[in-house]
Amino acid sequence: MQPIIRMTNIEKHFGSVIALNGVTVDFFPGECHCLLGDNGAGKSTFIKTMSGVHKPTRGEIVFEGKPMHFDDPREAIAAGIATVYQDLAMIPLMSVSRNFFMGNEPIKHRMGLPFFDHELANEVTMNEMRAMGINLRGPDQAVGTLSGGERQTVAIARAVYFGAKVLILDEPTSALGVRQTANVLATVDRVRKQGISVVFITHNVRHAMAVGDRFTVLNRGKTFGTATRGDVTPEELQDMMAGGQELATLEGSLGGTV
Amino acid sequence: MTDATNSDERIKEMSRLRRALIRPELGGMVGCVAVFTFFLLSASDSGMFSSTGVLNWSVVSAQFMIIAVGACLLMIAGEFDLSVGSMIGFAGMMIAIFGVTLGWPMWMAILVTFAICIALGALNGYIVVRTGLPSFIVTLATLFILRGFTIFIPQTLERKTIIGGISEASQGDWLAAIFGGKVLKGFFAWLGDIGMISVFERGNKAGQPVVDGIPMLIVWALGLVIVGHIVLTRTRFGNWIFAAGGDAQAARYVGVPVERVKILMFMFTAFCATVFAVCQVMEFGSAGADRGLLKEFEAIIAVVIGGALLTGGYGSVIGAALGALIFGVVQQGLFFAGVESSLFRVFLGVILLLAVILNTYIRRLITGER
Repeated sequence: MQPIIRMTNIEKHFGSVIALNGVTVDFFPGECHCLLGDNGAGKSTFIKTMSGVHKPTRGEIVFEGKPMHFDDPREAIAAGIATVYQDLAMIPLMSVSRNFFMGNEPIKHRMGLPFFDHELANEVTMNEMRAMGINLRGPDQAVGTLSGGERQTVAIARAVYFGAKVLILDEPTSALGVRQTANVLATVDRVRKQGISVVFITHNVRHAMAVGDRFTVLNRGKTFGTATRGDVTPEELQDMMAGGQELATLEGSLGGTV
Repeated sequence: MTDATNSDERIKEMSRLRRALIRPELGGMVGCVAVFTFFLLSASDSGMFSSTGVLNWSVVSAQFMIIAVGACLLMIAGEFDLSVGSMIGFAGMMIAIFGVTLGWPMWMAILVTFAICIALGALNGYIVVRTGLPSFIVTLATLFILRGFTIFIPQTLERKTIIGGISEASQGDWLAAIFGGKVLKGFFAWLGDIGMISVFERGNKAGQPVVDGIPMLIVWALGLVIVGHIVLTRTRFGNWIFAAGGDAQAARYVGVPVERVKILMFMFTAFCATVFAVCQVMEFGSAGADRGLLKEFEAIIAVVIGGALLTGGYGSVIGAALGALIFGVVQQGLFFAGVESSLFRVFLGVILLLAVILNTYIRRLITGER
């Protein structure tokens, strides 16, 4: 099978700072690829080069077999690369339906004038939410009344509905409770089974192990390569993220709680 | 939610009545009922609810409405315009300069004034989105700059700060009539004939109704409210207005042209201020350098009474219109009721505070804010 995106030797320099120093990863349709790394490892920079926010200083990105040069995030979204950011997924004051179609409002014409097709928007929103296992009081319910996990799920459902082929999730579970995390992970699983390539960014090994098919660890702008599920233990991933020794000794004294 | 097995046990069912009541305009509606009840009880025999009385407070409310619609949409888009009052004075003065001092046809004076003021609104918006400065500061600067020019220009050209002669200059002008004329004159004459409204008993107007038509000012106010409400709630652009004010970054991520939306709303606010100014100079027949003073705050107060959130992303044009109505009725009603006029400010302050407290409570119910 051909990868939907292949990133080869990606380097990104910000002035004298080398944020990425030659990262090579490929992503396949229908897989959940976990990008792990501690704070400052370069995860954010890496996904921003994928989603068109940053241009790589060096390296090659091939999307669906063709070299990719996106000038801004809108082009990436149009091509089918959607990013769900942790805090900036939804607008709490607006209804779920208005949020769902924000920037992609359906139009119907009345007397030759274009109006927001609220009926269609409400119907689609209710159906999509039900498919994701979220029961709304109504499509006009404000997003502010949803939990953090539900907001992530709405954002994921929105990206999928609008034709995402690659779905980048930036730390979707880091601010969530146990049950909400489980819901989001279940959503990730559902989306992957639809043939979408999910890029799951996290620093939580347990969340990654729960849904990941393959794992790439970033550390100080470099990668140690990609491991497949079953070939790697959570402890090994944890050690790679921390860059080796310190955590192993710490873990002994903390009894495996990290 | 029909099947009980599928519903979340933690989402409380809401009754139909409650759902119908819990809307952003509720505060404005309650305020209107309270204010009208108060004046029906305390000023019903003062002429406040005679045809001339109704026209009196309707015109004042309509003036507030015109600027409140602009301020409302701009506030929902997440910005303020403090230059509205100065813009009213400036626009009125420009019409007088072009139409009287320079002797241009009135329609041309009005159109050029609209173009200048909308361009100034665009400049306000452009500076705000390009510099990222708070619109509060940028438009505060515009407030002083425009007021300064409004005094300086007529003083330099005419050696005075009030320019009259606008009524004479706009006689028979088609565009001036759209702002200064009256509609439904035949209907009001008929109402006078059948005795529904009183007629003049003496003088050269004897037999004519005391209210001879609806001023265009009121038509403009209602038109702007209806258009503003439809654009905000029923169009794609309306969704972008909410999104731009709710969270500009989140809106940008999904492709909403936030900068364009904000600049257009600054232009619309300037347009509303100019409509106000044109109606005013047509009514008074003159332009004065002190016109429109403090109107920006009155617009913002009407919008806030109407349920809009000062920080953007939430509000209602209908609510703002109700806020303007409350404002107008209280201002004129206290006069009819014979209350000392200085107490107007006390009343206004109390209403503002109560409305904001009620609105905050309603908004929390709707949006789940804490």
